[in-house]
Amino acid sequence: MINFSYTRAGGVAEAVREKSKANGAGRFIAGGTNLVDLLKENVERPTRIIDITRLPLTTVEEGPNGGLRLGALVSNADTAYHPEVQKRYPALARAILAGASPQLRNMATNGGNLLQRTRCYYFYDVALPCNKRVPGSGCPAIDGQNRVCGVLGTSEACIATHPSDMCVALAALEAVIRVSGPNGERTIPIADFHRLPGSTPHLETTLAADEIITAIDLPKNPYAEHSVYTKVRDRASYAFALVSVAALLELDGDTIKSARLALGGVAHKPWRLPEAEARLVGKTATKENFLPVAEALMKGATGYGHNTFKIELGKRAVVRALQLAAKGTAAVRGVNGQVAAAESVA
Amino acid sequence: MSTVLDLPPVAHTSPADRPASAPPEKSAITLTINGVERRLEVAPWTTLLDLLRESLDLTGTKKGCDHGQCGACTVLLDGKRVNSCLTLAIMKDGAGVTTIEGLADGPTLHPMQQAFVDCDAFQCGYCTPGQICSAVGMITEGHAQTDDEIRELMSGNLCRCGAYPNILAAVKQAYAATQAKHAA
Amino acid sequence: MTTTEYLGKPTSRVDGPAKVTGEAKYAAEFNVPNLAYGYIVSSGVTRGTIKSINAAEVEKIPGVLKVLTHENAPKTASLDRSHRDQLASTHGSPFRPLYQAELQHSLQPVALVVAETFEAARYAASLVQVEYEIAPHETDLHGSRAKAHPPKDSRTGYVPPPKKPRGTPEEAFEKAPFKVEAEYYQPAEHHNPMENFASTCVYGEDGKLTIYQKTQGVQNCQEYICSVFGLSKDEVQVISPFMGGGFGAGLRPTHELYLSVLAATALKRSVRVSMTRQQMFSFSHRPETIQDFKLAATPDGLLDSVTHTAIQESSRYEEFLETVVNWSGLVYTCPNVRLDHQLVYLDLASPADMRAPGAVTGLYGFECAIDELAYQAKLDPLAFRLKNYSEKDQNLDKLYSSKELREAYRQASEKFGWDQRPLDPRSTRRGSDLIGWGMATGCWEAMQGKAAAKAVLTPDGKLVVSSATSDIGTGTYTVMTMIAAEFSGVPIENVSFELGDSSMVYSPVEGGSWTVSSVGSAVKTVCEELKARLFKLAGKMDGAPLGDAKVEDVTFDQGEMRVTKNPVRNVTYAEALQANGLDKLELDTTELPQLVKQMTHGVYSHSAVFVEVAVDEDLGTIHVTRVVSAIAGGRILNPKTARSQIMGAIVWGISMALEEESMLDHQFGRFMNHNYAEYHVPVNADIHDIEVIFVPEHDDVVNPLGAKGLGEIGIVGVAAAVTNAVWHATGKRVRSLPVTLDKLL
Repeated sequence: MINFSYTRAGGVAEAVREKSKANGAGRFIAGGTNLVDLLKENVERPTRIIDITRLPLTTVEEGPNGGLRLGALVSNADTAYHPEVQKRYPALARAILAGASPQLRNMATNGGNLLQRTRCYYFYDVALPCNKRVPGSGCPAIDGQNRVCGVLGTSEACIATHPSDMCVALAALEAVIRVSGPNGERTIPIADFHRLPGSTPHLETTLAADEIITAIDLPKNPYAEHSVYTKVRDRASYAFALVSVAALLELDGDTIKSARLALGGVAHKPWRLPEAEARLVGKTATKENFLPVAEALMKGATGYGHNTFKIELGKRAVVRALQLAAKGTAAVRGVNGQVAAAESVA
Repeated sequence: MSTVLDLPPVAHTSPADRPASAPPEKSAITLTINGVERRLEVAPWTTLLDLLRESLDLTGTKKGCDHGQCGACTVLLDGKRVNSCLTLAIMKDGAGVTTIEGLADGPTLHPMQQAFVDCDAFQCGYCTPGQICSAVGMITEGHAQTDDEIRELMSGNLCRCGAYPNILAAVKQAYAATQAKHAA
Repeated sequence: MTTTEYLGKPTSRVDGPAKVTGEAKYAAEFNVPNLAYGYIVSSGVTRGTIKSINAAEVEKIPGVLKVLTHENAPKTASLDRSHRDQLASTHGSPFRPLYQAELQHSLQPVALVVAETFEAARYAASLVQVEYEIAPHETDLHGSRAKAHPPKDSRTGYVPPPKKPRGTPEEAFEKAPFKVEAEYYQPAEHHNPMENFASTCVYGEDGKLTIYQKTQGVQNCQEYICSVFGLSKDEVQVISPFMGGGFGAGLRPTHELYLSVLAATALKRSVRVSMTRQQMFSFSHRPETIQDFKLAATPDGLLDSVTHTAIQESSRYEEFLETVVNWSGLVYTCPNVRLDHQLVYLDLASPADMRAPGAVTGLYGFECAIDELAYQAKLDPLAFRLKNYSEKDQNLDKLYSSKELREAYRQASEKFGWDQRPLDPRSTRRGSDLIGWGMATGCWEAMQGKAAAKAVLTPDGKLVVSSATSDIGTGTYTVMTMIAAEFSGVPIENVSFELGDSSMVYSPVEGGSWTVSSVGSAVKTVCEELKARLFKLAGKMDGAPLGDAKVEDVTFDQGEMRVTKNPVRNVTYAEALQANGLDKLELDTTELPQLVKQMTHGVYSHSAVFVEVAVDEDLGTIHVTRVVSAIAGGRILNPKTARSQIMGAIVWGISMALEEESMLDHQFGRFMNHNYAEYHVPVNADIHDIEVIFVPEHDDVVNPLGAKGLGEIGIVGVAAAVTNAVWHATGKRVRSLPVTLDKLL
């Protein structure tokens, strides 16, 4: 960990000013669960750290048009257990609770969760090359230990994944990110917030260096009765997703009126394909109808050896998530959104 | 082939760029630790965990991974369980901290501590303070009712000795004791 | 069996309160004034040479006291011999930190930054730049298997396989109707105890060193430091009252010990060096192993041929040896056996003993292959094992000192409900899960080593027994206290046991499940000698309180001697000391193994483990829903901690079966998942019902206590049982560990 100075911002404008002043070598800190980790690994080497925990962004409020607004500094735990989130956005609650550990969820904030950095082994190991960490140094994950890496939207420069569970649900919910910068406020749809790696994997979001996330707006949606988050991982808890799926269905009897699907663990951003979702409209909620959608979602996927299984696993997880969503939110038990015997579909 | 693989820092390319930088300035903060108010001078780079262990001799809080991946450093911060290894102390000015040293009532163990002894919920003992603080925090949170929920919500604390079934038993014993106390 | 006061009764840990209150102090927790902090800089390169390190530049950073590298580190002993600890191979060149420019493995220490604070040391370490001349390395066991060769060296505890085959295994294989030919693979694994290795080296005013060290053997560390640094034993004291898990990683002195002593003696100041979690991947690990099996059975299901070849990695600089294949020649009766153990030198840190070293590897593959063979023969896996039950150790042609494995099979299988198991795989479903049942046998050698114990009784009636052993979480403090109370007649609340100090009487390292056997036997003997001395003291007292009773007529308990048939004639231990004007009664004894008895027997503990798994048919996720393990491990002294130890070992077995794998990148020759987030060990949610059964087993050959030790036996066979259950659930025979979901898709 390098030597850095510390300042505590009293307001959003001050935070933005401090960040601008630091010329790219400043970092906001709130929960610290990702930044302090990366500081200790020498992956992040800022000279100035700006504490934003005292900013007034700590409430969950009714949003515009019947939606819900999540303050950027509300903890992941408080968000997940918030009665309105549980009632209206159960897939989000479950996605959050499927991530990290109770301690980390108590610390981590909603804004920070959006900005989580990848868990690719090479990104974390400063002795080795990584285009995301040191542009131009190479991507050894492509021929290396890439079990945790992505299969969709990858590039020759980077095959890392976005590690968040929360963001997968936000993508399915078409959340809108509210940000504040020197020129005032603006909003970014979640689909445009995270980038694909392309030739610039070090650029992970469309947030400008001097902008701060202030809130996440969750639009009103008709999916609460059929919302699930299915996470497949290498151990039962406290592990990053190999593949995860947020599946939201609007049903009329057995017929699908509309659907949303987002995948985690497979790409540099939560993966959505609205045209695949559209293929579900008007169909009955059966495995036979889910399969082609799963195929479509994983179309064009590339495996890199250790992670090639994610292509098949992704399809199966999509089908499973849709089956569970069709059964209904209430029918799927478990606090962690994990596939357990209790969630069986047979 | 000759190469430098230890990559340069982002902000400084060599120590010469940032010479001399005296150790970072310390700031005054106040923490109430196990009920005792303490005025402390801390540098920005000091975690709550290192502050407790290296400066305050409160070594009951353990360092297992130092990266939020094991839970050994769990303390209660304003009543909530957190990983003290990922908490910069300077950010917590004014907060209350309860560590494993603050749970017992004099010579009388906290019911969770007693349950861990009764149920043999540890072997080497290194994850134990974190497990106990985590379990106390979990009961306050109030989201764990069934065995599976306890297992899940205690999964932020690794135990390499594999005492999990006994940890589950201990948490249930202490939880029942707490419920009985409330009912009485 | 005689009735006992303490032994055999479930007893809570005597060190429990210290551990649950945070009072128990571990190596990095002894805070002394003016302590400096060392932070290790690890190599980013595997082979090659260090061309330069900007140490002088980094030393200018305020707060930095010293940057030690191979260029400026004080010289230590020159001969390899001086660097070999008790468990080193006999001819290797043990790794020496900061010794040479040449690199031996990735993540090896290349510099130690010593600073006034931990944070300053960590900061300065982040600015250390090392320029390397990179040379090619070899870390791929599969790619290098053609270079496998028999071991050349030897080591304490290593038993080479029998030189000649038994019978004619090839012929038997050729003609047999039921055959299995299979290769099994186990990746490297790291011990990853919760506590990182740490050393607090306190530099005394007189230059003497008091080292608070994470270790499984304080005297092994003391001898090593004395030998390496040319110090005498009275200049070095190594202390380790508590240890946050070892599992074998702390049997040999670790490099942060060397570095803390190097820095403390160079600076003449107390220094603490702790490893980071990443650096816990920079030394010992369970070696990656490829195993080839050829097994065959006769038409009526008798095991007729076993060929087992293991190919293991070793470091290039010293051979690591563990007993892998021998088990396959003794677990079942078989007339035709060929066993072979080979090594491949790789550019990795030396492997090390890791919980049940060798056996856990060999019996993983063998017990899976046996399962395959049983199915070939259309026999239930338990029935097959019973049919081939071994009544003697055929490798050594010796009878067993005791072997209640049959009873273990019976009790565990009944508890499990094994008789309901369908023979064919994919026979049982529960919702979207396939359910499978598997079982395996475990075996571990019951060893005893030389050990000493010292007893000090004071006139207040308190007894302190000590030995330089460790409690790595196994319950040593508790069981030794129980043994001492049992055999001294001092009530347990007046007994304490002390350990973990190199100045105490001799103990071997704590490992191999031999601590109760070795140290416990010494404790028993010293306490019996104590009683004899007390009896003599009573005889010298005025008024002869015990009259003319002989020692065998006297009962020793509750801190009192009394004539058994005439209890009014009695005297307390305290009175005996006081009347003789003694301020204490002190004696020690050294207990040697009962070699003659032991040499004439095969001396083993056994287990029978039964496992249920639920495998999600579509997603491949595996849950171990139920485990029943029955242990034939001799006499169980403390059932409470014994159960915990076996339960924990089962969790290790599940971990080995489903989760653990140190992933090597061969391009860099480096373990890549060097943290607790990506090196998976089970979390609470992974673990469900585990039932432990102890089968009564009498054995007066193993040691005077009849206890065989429990540290290892619980893990042996578990990975095989889980793998066999996964096959039974899915019909897929996964022959490489860990059995992750991708292997089932």
